[in-house]
Amino acid sequence: MIGTILQTSFRSLRRDRGAFVMSFILPIGFFTIFGFVFGSMRGSSTPRVSVLVVDEDHSDASKSLVRGLLREPSLDAMTHPRATKENPAPGDYTAATAEAAVRSGDAPAALIIPAGFGAHPIAFGPGSTQQAKFRILHDSSDPVAAQVVAGMLEKTVMISMPATMAAVGSQYFDREIGGLTPKQRQQMDQGLAALRKRQDQQDAQSAGTGPSAAGPAADSGGLVAVEIQDVVGEKKKSPMISYYAAGVGVMFLLFTASAAGGSLLDESESGALDRVLSARVTMTTLLVGKLTYSALLAFAQLTIMFLWAALVFHLDFFTHIPGFLVMTAITSFAVASFGMLLASVTRTRGQLGAFSTLIILTMSALGGSMFPKFLMSDAMLKVGYFTFNSWAISGYQKIFWRDEPISSLGPEIAVLVGSGVVLFVVARWFARKWEYV
Amino acid sequence: MLGSFLSLAHCMSGDPTNPVPLRVDAVAKHFGAVTAVDGVSFEIAAGACFGLLGPNGAGKSTLIRSIVGRVRLDSGSVSIFGHPVGSSAARADLGWVPQELAVYPLLTCRENLQAFGRYQGLHGKALDDAIAWCLEWAALADRAGSPVRTLSGGMKRRLNMAAGLIHRPRLVLLDEPTVGVDPQSRNRIFEMVEALRSQGTTIIYTTHYMEEAERLCDWIAIIDHGQIIAQGTKETLVARAFGSRSSVTMHVGATRVDLAAWAAARGGTAQDSVVLCSVEKPAEIAGLLEAASGDGLEVLDVTLQRPNLESVFLQLTGKELRA
Repeated sequence: MIGTILQTSFRSLRRDRGAFVMSFILPIGFFTIFGFVFGSMRGSSTPRVSVLVVDEDHSDASKSLVRGLLREPSLDAMTHPRATKENPAPGDYTAATAEAAVRSGDAPAALIIPAGFGAHPIAFGPGSTQQAKFRILHDSSDPVAAQVVAGMLEKTVMISMPATMAAVGSQYFDREIGGLTPKQRQQMDQGLAALRKRQDQQDAQSAGTGPSAAGPAADSGGLVAVEIQDVVGEKKKSPMISYYAAGVGVMFLLFTASAAGGSLLDESESGALDRVLSARVTMTTLLVGKLTYSALLAFAQLTIMFLWAALVFHLDFFTHIPGFLVMTAITSFAVASFGMLLASVTRTRGQLGAFSTLIILTMSALGGSMFPKFLMSDAMLKVGYFTFNSWAISGYQKIFWRDEPISSLGPEIAVLVGSGVVLFVVARWFARKWEYV
Repeated sequence: MLGSFLSLAHCMSGDPTNPVPLRVDAVAKHFGAVTAVDGVSFEIAAGACFGLLGPNGAGKSTLIRSIVGRVRLDSGSVSIFGHPVGSSAARADLGWVPQELAVYPLLTCRENLQAFGRYQGLHGKALDDAIAWCLEWAALADRAGSPVRTLSGGMKRRLNMAAGLIHRPRLVLLDEPTVGVDPQSRNRIFEMVEALRSQGTTIIYTTHYMEEAERLCDWIAIIDHGQIIAQGTKETLVARAFGSRSSVTMHVGATRVDLAAWAAARGGTAQDSVVLCSVEKPAEIAGLLEAASGDGLEVLDVTLQRPNLESVFLQLTGKELRA
């Protein structure tokens, strides 16, 4: 009896192509795509952090440090903007231009090497009033970048400035010890003990608060003094809320749009589509109607998502309504067109379910809906440009995080509206199958 | 009757001010190597109920879809009241009730009628009046606010019909409207169709139930292998196939008589203990019984049967209509 039940179940599964694909082919397909994408990052699995470097000191020591930072494999350090046709030889960043670049999202952090660094480059332990502080200007929507830059700065100072290290070490030796008499040995031991104690205190503090809780104006307490300043979102309470509201929202919008487009398949199956098309309704009119419905549904979903974020996570929603409306309108349109295309290229609900799940999960992973873009490599970020998720997240971040004007949304509007139009035209072409036999 | 039907149709087809409700002219449609419709031509007179019968796979569905403009024809043409199929005027004059329950299951009866009325270009009071008429005609006024999924099978069928007639078309195509309904609901649907006829609506009716065609249709066409193989009134179809004779079936008891020879001598056939003959008049049965008695045959029972549409269909297509 159980054997018959098993046989019947497996036969049914084999003949339900949608369910079969969902069960076996889809996971393999999804795994393969991720294998290719992430597997190709072997050897550089840790994404490089972009940092703009400003040298305000222009000393030999600062120049050595800049060279070291440029060589550092964990950093994508730049001292000047990339050359363009309009500006083939751009000048070096200043503190002001670097801050502006961070604010506009060109890089998550900028490192300012202060004037006077060459005179007092490093210090063993705190308390050196003469030592100038480095500043890291930081976009706090990327909580990793500032910490990586600070750490790499310490490393680079250690590696790239051996002469400076020796000279300062000698000065420290002279100042703290003055000779290796027993008394001096005792003093040296005391100094080292004090350093160890401070280090232990910092370790304990780090363990209690976590690395990302360094906060603004955190002094690294290391060889160099570092001050981290949030220049974007310094007054905002929840740096990643708008990111995830957009990311998660768009991912589910894609599923909703796919399901809404699937109503065409249902109506085709029931005969309602034939009846509608035999009335005074053309295929184009029908598709536009379905697209509008799907877009309005998406618009409502995103609105509710952001209102919830405002209510629960204190997202500053109500001062960004115009930008929100623009981004939500174009995102909803693009996503709805995508749903129309998915429905028009598939023939059954089963096919639609399998196909859309594969594409939507892939797009969401690559586009930043599943995990933050700042954890992605350059290669993945480039692939992400082919997803709605990435462009939508980028636009919402401009509005809610960077407080940029609507006029800054030009690329997002162009891409989302343009791709929405193209997808709808392609969907209309495929929908000919429903018009006549 | 046949002559009057055709002459009416031809007479109307020549009158540009009063065109034929439906003209199908040399329509052909192929799907790859398969010929679904093979040069079909016919016309329907105003106010007629035209029955279209055919076994499964005969090309009936493709022909129906050609009439409602859902098939890209390989050759030929279809016009509705003189307008090419697919044109706005043709769409306005044609009401299609598909075989499937092509309504929105989550909407109520009224909401469905609203939607299909708007798809047909109705608005405002015209739409409200049309909905009221449809609900009344389909006897669904008391269920106007009920979602379709809560209706009985018969109610769904009636709503399906009403949705196809919301715009009050002059030509209605009813594609197997009684599939899957109980006898009571079927009678209600017959009444709806007869009400339409009484209002002068021209009807094309397809069915797998011969008694429906006999009851409702005054002109019947039989399609097989993509061609109309016979058409006419029920009486003319039967007469053409069987003349005026009726069949007689006799069951006889065990006998030493050569039944085959006995039946052949009377123009009939025999198989096992059953003898099949035909008679021009019922009174001739008495002669058969006397002959049987005289030859020592024990007749157990006798059945006299007039040929009907089912017999015609079987003879022409070699298939049962509901097979």
